Amino acid sequence: MIEAQAAGVGASATRPALVDSDVHCEVPRVDALFPYLPDYWIEHIQQTLFKGPVDSYYPSKVSMAAGADGKRFDGVLPASSLKEIQDAVLDPSGASHAILNCLYAIDSLNNPDAAVAMARAVNDWLIAEWLEKDDRLRASMVVPVQLPTLAAREIERVGDYPGIVQVLLPVRTNQPLGNRNFHPLWSAIERKNLVAGVHFGGAPITPPTPTGWPSYYFEVYAGMAQVFATQLTNIVTEGVFDQFPGVKVAFLESGWTWIPSHMWRFDKEWKNLRRLVPWVNRAPSEYIREHVRVAIQPLDAPDQNPQHLLDVFDQLGSEEMLLYSSVYPRPQVGDPEESFLRHLPASAASKIRCENARALYGL
Amino acid sequence: MVATLPEHSVRSRRTRPALIDCDFHNELDSIKDLYPYLAKRWQTHIETFGLQRPTGGYFPRFMDHREDARPPSGRRSGSEVAFSRSDFLDPYNVAHAMLIPLTSAAGVTNLDLGAALASAVNDWQVAEWLDPEPRLRASLAVAPEDPIAAAKEVERCGRDTRFVQVFMPGRTHEPLGRRKYWPIYEAAAKHGLHIMSHAFGSYGYPITGAGQASFYVEEHVGPAQAAQANVISLVTEGVFEQFPKLKFVSVENGFGWIPSLMWRMDATYQLYKDEVPHLKRLPSEYIREHVYMTTQPVEEPHKPQQFVQMLEHFGDMVNNILFASDYPHWDSDDPDFALPTNLSDEVVQAIHYDNAKRLYNL
Repeated sequence: MIEAQAAGVGASATRPALVDSDVHCEVPRVDALFPYLPDYWIEHIQQTLFKGPVDSYYPSKVSMAAGADGKRFDGVLPASSLKEIQDAVLDPSGASHAILNCLYAIDSLNNPDAAVAMARAVNDWLIAEWLEKDDRLRASMVVPVQLPTLAAREIERVGDYPGIVQVLLPVRTNQPLGNRNFHPLWSAIERKNLVAGVHFGGAPITPPTPTGWPSYYFEVYAGMAQVFATQLTNIVTEGVFDQFPGVKVAFLESGWTWIPSHMWRFDKEWKNLRRLVPWVNRAPSEYIREHVRVAIQPLDAPDQNPQHLLDVFDQLGSEEMLLYSSVYPRPQVGDPEESFLRHLPASAASKIRCENARALYGL
Repeated sequence: MVATLPEHSVRSRRTRPALIDCDFHNELDSIKDLYPYLAKRWQTHIETFGLQRPTGGYFPRFMDHREDARPPSGRRSGSEVAFSRSDFLDPYNVAHAMLIPLTSAAGVTNLDLGAALASAVNDWQVAEWLDPEPRLRASLAVAPEDPIAAAKEVERCGRDTRFVQVFMPGRTHEPLGRRKYWPIYEAAAKHGLHIMSHAFGSYGYPITGAGQASFYVEEHVGPAQAAQANVISLVTEGVFEQFPKLKFVSVENGFGWIPSLMWRMDATYQLYKDEVPHLKRLPSEYIREHVYMTTQPVEEPHKPQQFVQMLEHFGDMVNNILFASDYPHWDSDDPDFALPTNLSDEVVQAIHYDNAKRLYNL
């Protein structure tokens, strides 16, 4: 059991070193990508109903701004300019690095040529307009996840760029990510020494629950943890970590308090049924602790007793798994410093604030 | 098959505390067991067209039943009340057991066949299980994708107080809270029946929220996620506002996920309550009052102390955990070994007996 630390331990005079593992950046308007798109698609966007991805992983207008100041961006899409990220995230937090995740719904594009063209444009835009302009930034490249071999080709194209540290994969997919159809993608990720960043959201035609479509965004949001859980089951079961042992997966905006009980059940079922998947030769929880990292927000924290969150952290069985994240500009409940990190022993808190992310992303 | 069955009689019935088993399966040896309760028309239909269900849920897997629970007649394990009585109810001093008949009633795509099967299953339960064995209570079979017919079936059988809950599958075609199913809940509430959802059954969508799995392992871990989707739906749609006395019993889905689900749903409420103005309380408050879950399969932390820790996170919700054996399935739990040994006698007594006695008014 982890004992809560006395108040004040984390509140030293100098600001602790920090890496922010989940900062969103948005394509402000589709024409921002025109410098990076072929004429064919520029003409389509200008002359037809096609305007690039229009599905969103988040409700379009609800509480877009972080914090209480909801009017701060006044009509401009939050997180769509470098200056805003610098002013609102990098400078105030003092983060040495931040990982940008652009949640442009490439996966919603059924036309494969459109998906590839838009993914390429976003990656070139990320490099030219973000990574080249602030050396604190690193980015996840986007891929057409629905087309794994074409996604692998895009990783070959830009995966060597130094600021690209991760491949962004929406957690909602048409097939679970460990499926053999995705193995060319995992192979490319491993070859380029990138992290597979599985992020909240996704816009496939598959419903987000095993019992069909829910009515409310509320359910989609709350239920996204279960989509992560089934992806985790699948990735381990399919042998992704056996076949691609260098691969690390980062779960982003997944929450993490669901993970211990999921590992307990998964380990139990593996003991029962492992003859079906003989390549999974260790308990699933061992693979998870070795290969999976998880951003700390949303905290999904119990509100009545801070000790419960420390219990769950202890149950993870590893101080190496969690990564500090602000999830800017998405609204969050609770303050990870206040309700979690300051109660931890200094060495564990420091791992979560920066060391785990440095090791994962090679910073 | 082994020549001699293990001797259960060494267990001392007199000193053993009573048990209530909330997942006890009455099985069909074959669909023909239902023929005495099915119109000739449906018998012919089944012989001609079979039991057509949504496709895509087939995996290599091993047995579904325990061989050591097979009756001497050679019929399927769990298909003879007399043998289940001597093999399980008597030796474990089971005071009451909740029958959960896993049949095709909820899963067949032909809704009239589903309704006919549900009625046949219920008549079969009364004649061949409830009448011969007074310790048994039953789950009322319905074909939920035709909710009007299902509500009629609840009306038809609900007056028999040995039916204690309406049986919904683990994966309905829509999340369980959707209004489509409310006629069933209205009929259940009218008769004081609970809603019970058992893992597996009635597919149509993949086991994950991200497409179909490849291995039966995933199909067997996944019900924990499906059950959470259903709890989220029941709470978010306002089912417990509309039917304030209704209880929801989640069976064979595990229960270790409940604390984190309540934390996450309460956080979601802080962010998005404007979307669900029909909710008057925190999601966790609805869950505490209305959601019950059975033990098997019990989550097994590597450190037994973490199980105690988990129950601390449950708080009062420990009183919503019900013992379940899942007899006679391959993964069923022996009541003597299902729970870790470091729990207090009070907690074990609550889970083994008191909680179910209170929930089902036994």
